[in-house]
Amino acid sequence: MSEFLAPVLVVVWKDILLEWRSRDLVISVLVFGLLIAVMFNFALNLAPQSLTALSPGILWVTFTFAGTLAMNRAFVRDSEQGGLEGLLLAPVSRDAIFLGKALSTLLFMLLIELLLLPVFGVFLNFSVLSWSLIVTVVLATLGFALVGTLFSVIAVQTRSREIMLPILFFPVVLPVIIGAVEASAASIGIEPSEALTRWWPLLGIFDALFLVVCPWVFGIVVEE
Amino acid sequence: MLVNLNTRTILLGVVGLMMIADLWLIFQVAPTDAVLGNVQRVFYFHVPVAIMSFLAFFIVFVASIGYLVRRTPGWDQVAYSAAEVGVLFVSLALITGVIWAKPVWNTWWTFEPRLTTTLILWFIYVAYLMIGYAAPSREKGALYSAVVGIIGFIDVPIVYYSVVWWRSIHPPQMIGPMAEEGAIESGMMRILLFSLVTFLLLFAYLVWQRSSLRRAEDQFRAIRLQLRRASI
Repeated sequence: MSEFLAPVLVVVWKDILLEWRSRDLVISVLVFGLLIAVMFNFALNLAPQSLTALSPGILWVTFTFAGTLAMNRAFVRDSEQGGLEGLLLAPVSRDAIFLGKALSTLLFMLLIELLLLPVFGVFLNFSVLSWSLIVTVVLATLGFALVGTLFSVIAVQTRSREIMLPILFFPVVLPVIIGAVEASAASIGIEPSEALTRWWPLLGIFDALFLVVCPWVFGIVVEE
Repeated sequence: MLVNLNTRTILLGVVGLMMIADLWLIFQVAPTDAVLGNVQRVFYFHVPVAIMSFLAFFIVFVASIGYLVRRTPGWDQVAYSAAEVGVLFVSLALITGVIWAKPVWNTWWTFEPRLTTTLILWFIYVAYLMIGYAAPSREKGALYSAVVGIIGFIDVPIVYYSVVWWRSIHPPQMIGPMAEEGAIESGMMRILLFSLVTFLLLFAYLVWQRSSLRRAEDQFRAIRLQLRRASI
């Protein structure tokens, strides 16, 4: 097990180190996410109480856009100086490389979401201190990271790479967005909390399915 | 021989004659619906194109797996052609659906599970076509398209159930689409079946024609590459 896990952690560590030294990804995506939150406020122009009812939708539109931006940047950085080729030359399984990239994407997105959530709580007037909201965010972000990592690897090798990622990504993750919005609404008390028993399994099934499919497909996509 | 009658040309002739017969049946023979009136006739187009588009995406899925396993251009030619014809048919299904919905439900569109899933299908297979052209080479394009063809198809049931559950939380404003299947009159049913066969043959003809065109494109590309190598 540790023979498989070690290269995964090395890939994750590489990405963390790269981000720690440049610090360009988290900060820029964070500012972008804040701007979307503020723009929603002006675009909708509602009383605070009605804004709370819309907060799950605003939250997940922001997370989806910010996540797409983060994934695009992460893979452009990898491919610019032949980094991806170097990674693929390493004598480890392709599954380990994929899971490492997906895990680092997951960690970056979770960090950004963790920083954005309190701000949303203030702007949109809801309580972010809820375990069920945290579970929802982790489950949904895992689905985003798995599908997004696979599609980023494809999109980064095409022309017009910035636009190809959302075009591939959004339709496929629609169930995650629906599940995340509904589960978040249940977590912050807009919908009855029984809804969680329906949406968490949906998110879980999506995650489990793509946890199996994506590493397999990744191995096919990156071979020369 | 002046006219080269191959099987495909004969199929085209049959499709043409059947389409004329189908139009005559739909507009002259089929009874006018007692409740919905003439607008109900769009049903004879809508149901066949919708079913054919689902068939198309199933073919894309199977041929994409075939391509990933075998890596022969034949599988890609079939998958790509089915996707292109499928996008055409699913667009027609959406447009005829909208025409049907306005007088019957009094709204052009509603985010009902079947409609939403069909719309998402449209998006997934448009992405399928786009990624093929955006890829750096034809082989890469075929590879990426196959990946989208497989992931997209696996995703469709999850999309459907997520929208069904989402709708059950926000109850729909309108009553569901179409009268119950049992309510359909037998004369209407026979015309619908004829229309289905007509569109199935049209679909088969279009996929056949498109994949042989795609094969010709591949051959042309190979010849051009050979010539370029020879001239160096």
